Amino acid sequence: MSNNQVPETMLNNDAILYSTEMNKDNLDRNVQNNSNDYLVQVKNLKKYFPAGLKGTTRQYVKAVDDVSFNIPKGTTMGLVGESGCGKTTVGRTMLRLYSMTGGEVYFDGQNINKLSRSALRKLRPRMQMIFQDPYSSLSPRMPVGEIIGEAVREHNIVPKAELNEYVAKAMNDCGLPYQYARRYPHEFSGGQRQRICIARAVALQPDFIVCDEPVSALDVSIQAQIINLLQDLQNEFGYTYLFISHDLSVVEYISDTIGVMYLGSMVEFGDKKKLFAKPMHPYTQALLSAVPVPDPDFEMQRVILEGDIPSPVNPPSGCKFRTRCQYATEECAKSCPKFIEYESQHEVACFLYPQE
Amino acid sequence: MAKENKKTKNTQYLTIKEEREIAKSNRKIMKQFERAKNRKNVDESEFTTQMHDPRNVIEIDNLHTYFYTDVGTTKAVNGVSFKIPEGKIVGVVGESGCGKSVTSLSVMQLVQGPVGQIVDGSIRYTTSEGKCYDIAKMPRDEMRRIRGKEIAMIFQEPMTSLNPVFKIGDQLDEALAIFEPKMSKNEVKARSIEMLEMVGIADQEKIYHNYPHELSGGMRQRVMIAMALICNPRLIIADEPTTALDVTIQAQILELLLEVKNKINGSIMLITHDLGVIAGMADYVVVMYAGKIVEAGDIHDIFKNPKHPYTVGLMRSLPSLSHVVTGSRLYSIPGQVPSPVNLPDNCYFCNRCEYSFDICMEQYPPDYYFEDNHRAACFLYDEKYKDLDLIKPELPRNLTDDSESIMARKIPQGRVVLESETDGFGG
Ligand SMILES: Nc1ncnc2c1ncn2[C@@H]1O[C@H](COP(=O)(O)OP(=O)(O)OP(=O)(O)O)[C@@H](O)[C@H]1O
Ligand SMILES: Nc1ncnc2c1ncn2[C@@H]1O[C@H](COP(=O)(O)OP(=O)(O)O)[C@@H](O)[C@H]1O
Ligand code: SF4
Ligand code: SF4
Ligand SMILES: [Mg+2]
Ligand SMILES: [Mg+2]
Repeated sequence: MSNNQVPETMLNNDAILYSTEMNKDNLDRNVQNNSNDYLVQVKNLKKYFPAGLKGTTRQYVKAVDDVSFNIPKGTTMGLVGESGCGKTTVGRTMLRLYSMTGGEVYFDGQNINKLSRSALRKLRPRMQMIFQDPYSSLSPRMPVGEIIGEAVREHNIVPKAELNEYVAKAMNDCGLPYQYARRYPHEFSGGQRQRICIARAVALQPDFIVCDEPVSALDVSIQAQIINLLQDLQNEFGYTYLFISHDLSVVEYISDTIGVMYLGSMVEFGDKKKLFAKPMHPYTQALLSAVPVPDPDFEMQRVILEGDIPSPVNPPSGCKFRTRCQYATEECAKSCPKFIEYESQHEVACFLYPQE
Repeated sequence: MAKENKKTKNTQYLTIKEEREIAKSNRKIMKQFERAKNRKNVDESEFTTQMHDPRNVIEIDNLHTYFYTDVGTTKAVNGVSFKIPEGKIVGVVGESGCGKSVTSLSVMQLVQGPVGQIVDGSIRYTTSEGKCYDIAKMPRDEMRRIRGKEIAMIFQEPMTSLNPVFKIGDQLDEALAIFEPKMSKNEVKARSIEMLEMVGIADQEKIYHNYPHELSGGMRQRVMIAMALICNPRLIIADEPTTALDVTIQAQILELLLEVKNKINGSIMLITHDLGVIAGMADYVVVMYAGKIVEAGDIHDIFKNPKHPYTVGLMRSLPSLSHVVTGSRLYSIPGQVPSPVNLPDNCYFCNRCEYSFDICMEQYPPDYYFEDNHRAACFLYDEKYKDLDLIKPELPRNLTDDSESIMARKIPQGRVVLESETDGFGG
């Protein structure tokens, strides 16, 4: 049965329970706070941004509202969803680039909210982020070597004397000749700039990298170069990625597990193969069917969603997707469906499925 | 007659003196072009011409559009020829900066002057009154009668073409009133509301009185389409019409474009870098690379039987196709596009091409034709080199009849059966 195939990268990780005989209790993620199979665990993460006043009450953009997931070491989790659904906010809040409104994030078993300043400082280089726009995320006034070496020096990753050699290696790992070290970012193309960003992150010897739409601004032919680079680095150094993208075909290619977000909430989470073979949530189904297939003979059976994404300031009651869902019932407006694991490694929040 | 600035230096860095010299000669060239464009009361015969095939809406022939910048002449469009038959959709694909937008702006005579100029070639267009003009030679004044009315454009970022300080309704009304001065105010408004309805906006009266910033991205794109269609254009140029939108909204807009195209029986020039969008929409495809067309043909020729190494590479680097086949690394085209200021004399793709051979380093290849107007500019297809037994690029077999990838896209709708509901072994 194809649904149960395990992505190769996960096979080595024997702590992960895939076999069909496993019973569900063993998979209950809530009891695994201190397990080290998961490098990153996110529990009920919330991030609200203030959005002005309405009358006398303060209003909030619920950018991320109760999101939970775990990422096993050395694997890639893809995070997809429409723009503004909170993907970037999840990534930034996890790295404590934003303060949390609620919830917990465990990194390598430690609750990062409870860490002292100095402990957090130590952790910082181990969690890195690569941004969508390789143009604005590099300082225009620093030569590339300096950009990559700056944080390395700050965190004392290598002795001063070895810095240059170390930067050269990081650049080389990312496909940049060291001769480029003295050039400035504006002298590089988009793809090369993204390599510089990756080299900067890699030089800090991270365990976990949040890649926020790292290839969205690049051309198809350059996209493939960057995706291959990210995969080679993972194979060599065992990185764990959170890969944020709105491009489902890229996410399908690179991820082991995938989370689908809608308006601040996770609506479906699962092993890649399962999620693509059998999307359970109506939103995931619509999203998958909307992806244009580069084959002229392919008959699109698109589920065209009516209307637009509602404002995250006033999300619909109950299931947030109900305003665009063709299966919505009265129940969907009354309460929120629970996020339940129906099959191993496949969780959904939708009233189409039993709530027990 | 293509004028080129001979002072362009071959290095990346120019001295101030060199830059000044370039600027000086640029000014002279630009002045000449501007003068020609600004002439008044030009006799129509000067820019009247004949279509090569009356079934085409537009024929672009050997178009050259250059930008005379201080660092040298950018040959943004460097000899582009293709045609758009009536009622058809022609997709234009290619890497960022390859000249897709400049081609479309040339057709509209909207290239940013005085730096940007159409320096050579012709753009033959037949108006709804049956007159055939060469847009490349048309003075600015005359072009106003065609732009917006006969040929309409939809841009990538609707905010740049909707004026933020005017209400949606006023902007729609104005777009129509310019070309239909005889229509009464009420008639114009009725037509605007009708257009909003046609593009699937539910609450037309309310939206009519809204400002652009009050609408979502998808709604603004709908308004843009309404505005483009209000004068019943014969040709719609859509430059990345959905790139700024999410996939679910993109699906709505593409569906809408197809629908309205059929309603007004218009033709579309669809510019996008998304091969998936092209596959779903276009009848013909034009593949551009560094200001030139490297391959063109029927949609099936391009997707099932591509000839040019660049087209094949592009297809193979798509994640959605390649992983089904290989299950491992993505194919990637190495290297980068050459700078449009310093284009080599040989094949522009040869620094990235794994099939290149001797002649590729010496000359730019001419077009070679296959069946049904399928053409590719690549020496691999020259009869002269037949004896060399050159290896030609090919899509992996699974890609040409990708039953597997189609299988993978059978998407269930609504509630699916759970494993636990099928005695544990279903699925
Ligand atoms: N106003 C301008 N002044 C100078 N050069 C320009 C100008 N507009 C475009 N160019 C140059 O012309 C070339 C073609 O640009 P064009 O906008 O047509 O690319 P494109 O194929 O539409 O790319 P994209 O996919 O990024 O939209 C580029 O090298 C660009 O730098
Ligand atoms: N710094 C911020 N201040 C206020 N609102 C924000 C901020 N960052 C994001 N938001 C809002 O939070 C929501 C989620 O945004 P984001 O995480 O950037 O979405 P995505 O990355 O999925 O496109 C959006 O409604 C956005 O407007
Ligand atoms: S809970 Fe109801 S509204 Fe939400 S996705 Fe499921 S069926 Fe649709
Ligand atoms: S002409 Fe030569 S270099 Fe150019 S695409 Fe063909 S084989 Fe490659
Ligand atoms: Mg984002
Ligand atoms: Mg463009």
